[in-house]
Amino acid sequence: MAGKTLYDKLFEAHLVRQNDDGSSLIYIDRQVLHEVTSPQAFEGLRLAGRQPWRIDANIATPDHNVPTTERSGGVDEIVDPVSKIQVKTLDANCDEFGILEFKMNDQRQGIVHVMAPEQGAILPGVTAVCGDSHTATLGALGALAHGVGTSEVEHVLATQCLITKKMKNMLVRVDGELGAGVTPKDVVLHVIGVIGTAGGTGYAIEFGGDVFRNMSMEGRMTVCNMAIEAGARVGLVSVDQITLDYVNGRTYAPKGEQWDQAVAAWKGLVSDDDAEFDEVVVINGADIAPQVTWGTSPEMVVSVNDTVPNPANESDQVKIDGINRALEYMGLQADQNITDIKLDRVFIGSCTNSRIEDLRSAAEVVKGRKVADNIIQALVVPGSGLVKEQAEAEGLDKIFTEAGLEWREPGCSMCLAMNPDKLGAGEHCASTSNRNFEGRQGFGGRTHLVSPAMAAAAAIAGHFVDVRDFVKQ
Amino acid sequence: MKKFTTMTGIAAPLDRANVDTDMIIPKQFLKSIKRSGFGPNLFDELRYLDEGQPDQDCSGRPLNEEFVLNKPRYKGTSVLLARENFGCGSSREHAPWALEDFGIRVVIAPSFAEIFFNNCFKNGLLPIVLSEAQVDQLFKEVEANEGYELTVDLENQKVVTPSGDELAFEVDDFRKHCLLNGLDDIGLTLQYADDIKAYEAKARQQSPWLFDAIK
Repeated sequence: MAGKTLYDKLFEAHLVRQNDDGSSLIYIDRQVLHEVTSPQAFEGLRLAGRQPWRIDANIATPDHNVPTTERSGGVDEIVDPVSKIQVKTLDANCDEFGILEFKMNDQRQGIVHVMAPEQGAILPGVTAVCGDSHTATLGALGALAHGVGTSEVEHVLATQCLITKKMKNMLVRVDGELGAGVTPKDVVLHVIGVIGTAGGTGYAIEFGGDVFRNMSMEGRMTVCNMAIEAGARVGLVSVDQITLDYVNGRTYAPKGEQWDQAVAAWKGLVSDDDAEFDEVVVINGADIAPQVTWGTSPEMVVSVNDTVPNPANESDQVKIDGINRALEYMGLQADQNITDIKLDRVFIGSCTNSRIEDLRSAAEVVKGRKVADNIIQALVVPGSGLVKEQAEAEGLDKIFTEAGLEWREPGCSMCLAMNPDKLGAGEHCASTSNRNFEGRQGFGGRTHLVSPAMAAAAAIAGHFVDVRDFVKQ
Repeated sequence: MKKFTTMTGIAAPLDRANVDTDMIIPKQFLKSIKRSGFGPNLFDELRYLDEGQPDQDCSGRPLNEEFVLNKPRYKGTSVLLARENFGCGSSREHAPWALEDFGIRVVIAPSFAEIFFNNCFKNGLLPIVLSEAQVDQLFKEVEANEGYELTVDLENQKVVTPSGDELAFEVDDFRKHCLLNGLDDIGLTLQYADDIKAYEAKARQQSPWLFDAIK
């Protein structure tokens, strides 16, 4: 009999019941809550007269709506009245049910997918959900984590379980080593370019191979975060010493004797050598260059030294229409150089790239340089209050502000522009976020997804440049 | 949840691949803490020429006459025909809420993103996967015939065209059962409360660090 994949093991370990109709009831160890997708779930509980099954499985923080400018005045001073109601509603719901919440001005507040692992609330081997598709991030810890809709948020609150079906297994193996200046973000954008935005639909993707084995936890989180942009709800990396070192000592991680017990259990959280995957994709790490998306889907991605695709080279009509529509929306010409795309704004942040390593990598590029005159705004938004504190202790905030970038308070910010940070119509943005959909960062805004180092280099140059050349100057 | 048994309604062709949930309902409308009222903002950026604001009266906004759902012949649409990977991106359940509030009960596409697909079933909305060739054929027929209606019969798992062609589709037994009867799946899961408690007791022994830690 073939061995098991990490996903198989995690799924089977959480199986509560196999139903006759083929669906499975699986136990959910952790739920992370934020203000946008939870109010209707709490309301549903109240209307049905239900209580949360288990309070200590939940952790909450507001992130999508919070302003990233000075906010010491608290929630009452959130200017947008609708945002204010939503943040207040989360606070009230967590208070009512006794759920641990890091409120807006708590030092531990941050983007859910940055905050939860940082606190040790997500551990190897757990199942975790959140009403947010980027919950895939948490799979970097060897946890089975994925996004759910609000009805399922309510279902998990009420039952601690999810009705689900087992996914298929895909292995994305990146062998060898990455070139200098090539980051985890470039790896995942490249992977999405290879398998397509729906290539992972129905699969849990495990990221394996030397490149991921040698990658930091922050990098693994960046990669798993964007599994959903390849259509896979789940991204996974097996547990190793890097995982254990990351988790050890975090607030809600086990301590003492329990730590030893946990480590012994977690060591088995790897795919067996003879595990069978339904699909295997192999990429050579050395072939990956810094990536830039040119279009309106994350699969519309090329290397920085490439040109914008020409629909004349495609044969499929739906694809041709898609390329033409994207070119028009993005205001680009087929075959133009990526490095000729002029930028208006730069955004460094989001659950994909707002951890300390991301900020260090961007700071290294802008240090001693100045943001180009054509850049209206360059934002740096740390992923949590603790990331912000760490960055300030390292002097990164000074490097950014001296270079002309703005240093902000933590939150989702311009990744989806639910707060005041947004693009104007027609503006091009080099963004370290995860989605380049039409209007995502603001009505008519044009998003190009890149790594923090590439965004930083673009801020200085005013257009895309190959960060590998740039840092040599 | 609203039951879904059989329905017949106008079909409209939304001819683009990878329609994401940001497109279905843009972020500014997610600030609502309600489940209803999203219909007027369904496909807001495609449907109107201006930028929509939450709580705005949409009746006087400039319409994009080119957008399929604004064309008079598709007034009252309840079946949306779409291309591959419909509903990709954000997990926002506001997307099916907006479709449902607008009056859409069925979306037919060659493939769907999973979270969206799953969210539909929680809201009385039926997503149907047909082959690319079948969807292509439906696109051609609906575009050629004004007033084109499709009948969707969930019990017998078939889509029936005006000419009487029957297109069979797959649906999970559990989801079908819930939709046909308008069942709340939380109530169903709570019937297994003893199984959940038994699982928990075992987990508490095996992984005690997962309990009583977060408070």
